[in-house]
Amino acid sequence: MNAQFRRRIASAALIIGFFVAWELLCLAFNVKDIVLPRPSQIIVTLIERIPAIWPHAVQTLYTTLVGFALGIAFGVLIGVVIGSSRLAYDVAYPLLVGFSSIPKVAVVPIFVLWFGAGTVPAVLTAMILCIFPIVVNVATGLATTEPELEDVMRALKASKLDILLNVGLPRTMPYFFASLKVAVTQAFVGTVIAETVASNRGIGNLMMIASSSFDVPLVFAGLLILAALGVALYVIFSFIEMRVTGWARRKDEFALG
Amino acid sequence: MLAPPSAPPHAETYVALERVTHTYGRDDRQVKALDETNLKIDKGDFIALVGPSGCGKSTILKLVTGLLTASSGYVFVAGREVGAEPVRVGIAFQNPTLLPWLTLRDNVMLPLKIVPPFRQEYHAKRRTEFRDRVDALLDQVGLGGFGSKYPWQLSGGMMQRASLCRALVHEPQLLMLDEPFGALDQFTREELWAIMQELWIAHRPTVLLVTHDLKEAAYLANRICVMQARPGRIIDDTIVLFPRPRTIAISFDPRFVALTQRLRELIVVASPPKDSNP
Repeated sequence: MNAQFRRRIASAALIIGFFVAWELLCLAFNVKDIVLPRPSQIIVTLIERIPAIWPHAVQTLYTTLVGFALGIAFGVLIGVVIGSSRLAYDVAYPLLVGFSSIPKVAVVPIFVLWFGAGTVPAVLTAMILCIFPIVVNVATGLATTEPELEDVMRALKASKLDILLNVGLPRTMPYFFASLKVAVTQAFVGTVIAETVASNRGIGNLMMIASSSFDVPLVFAGLLILAALGVALYVIFSFIEMRVTGWARRKDEFALG
Repeated sequence: MLAPPSAPPHAETYVALERVTHTYGRDDRQVKALDETNLKIDKGDFIALVGPSGCGKSTILKLVTGLLTASSGYVFVAGREVGAEPVRVGIAFQNPTLLPWLTLRDNVMLPLKIVPPFRQEYHAKRRTEFRDRVDALLDQVGLGGFGSKYPWQLSGGMMQRASLCRALVHEPQLLMLDEPFGALDQFTREELWAIMQELWIAHRPTVLLVTHDLKEAAYLANRICVMQARPGRIIDDTIVLFPRPRTIAISFDPRFVALTQRLRELIVVASPPKDSNP
């Protein structure tokens, strides 16, 4: 516990040290705020202009969460189909790898072409970006289920659905939650990309406009908001992961309920 | 001093293999695991399969369970071809194969959630009757009070006991044991033999035990079949007449020693040449 506490102190010190060093270096070299504003300036800007920033933050969060939810729904569905049989896994994997290696930024213009600028392409981009880690992890989790576990179930004459519900899916949960942490940050990336390219709302759009009018502190304020939202979602999903899949890490806290 | 075999003399045949051949792999890389094998097991009998590695012991077990389909020949269970009759089967492997996300109690209860007729009553009874039944079984194998532990909090021997409970909780007519005591230390193993015998006497399922341990086979089984490897065949069939309940003291009986000695010689002869000729 002591070692863990010291690790946390060190992490916090590193984060604070990073911002202090940033502040000091900017002061020491007299960096203009149009190039790189100091953290103190960014925070002042954030506080002063929060009424203007807030609706954009809400819009970005909303878009991300909708895209993320869709990504989970389709990702789990596709992952279950691909992971449920050796054949489907082998057949579909190359296509999946092909799709996932496309730079997803490139599909934003296509979505805009289909659905017009606005929230829909942003939601879809968020979904596209977060769906692959989920599909791959769910499929891998299912496909690597120990044959002996399945034999136990098959000896009991369990149906495919029984095996999926009682062995496959629970066993896949650690993989699934590991992918969610990655996926939620990816969804953010997708939202911001789409907002930057083709939207009139959201943090991405705010930063775009701010940078075109050389309002650099506002750009960084937007960045700070994005970082905060991203970290918050990561923390939330890490917490859920720990509660649900503590067995995989053999945590005694989990066993105590 | 020898008592008659525990199975009644004219017991009904419960499991029958007729000229069963099973081949793994295909085309040029075929391995014949089982060749024209015949075997009859009486209802309520306890039979052990011993033999060198790769002699098809586990293949027989999987064929009878319906996990594999024979390349040729017939496998009958309860008078009909395997799979046709809804026979309740319990199975335990060398690996405990418990589900790590479930408590011991929920692990043992798993068959009740899957197998009819318990399946239909699962939600109504899982907190009452089924729970009591599982706890009684856990008590019987010395795991009383461990029901709400997770498998990874227990030792290998304890997990294996729980695995036996899971194999027995739904009162299987057929119990398949694939070296369930193989990975345990000598003392735990002997303790579990006694427990296994007790459970068998209490529930009287038809048991097929696959093992490498000749002492284990002689202690537990009513009948021991010795198999040879490549191609797999049954080359010897011995009835074990020691009275029950047997204790570990019986393993020092000269006839017990003579029996295991004879089995050992049979297996050495039955081993494929490259294994017996280092």
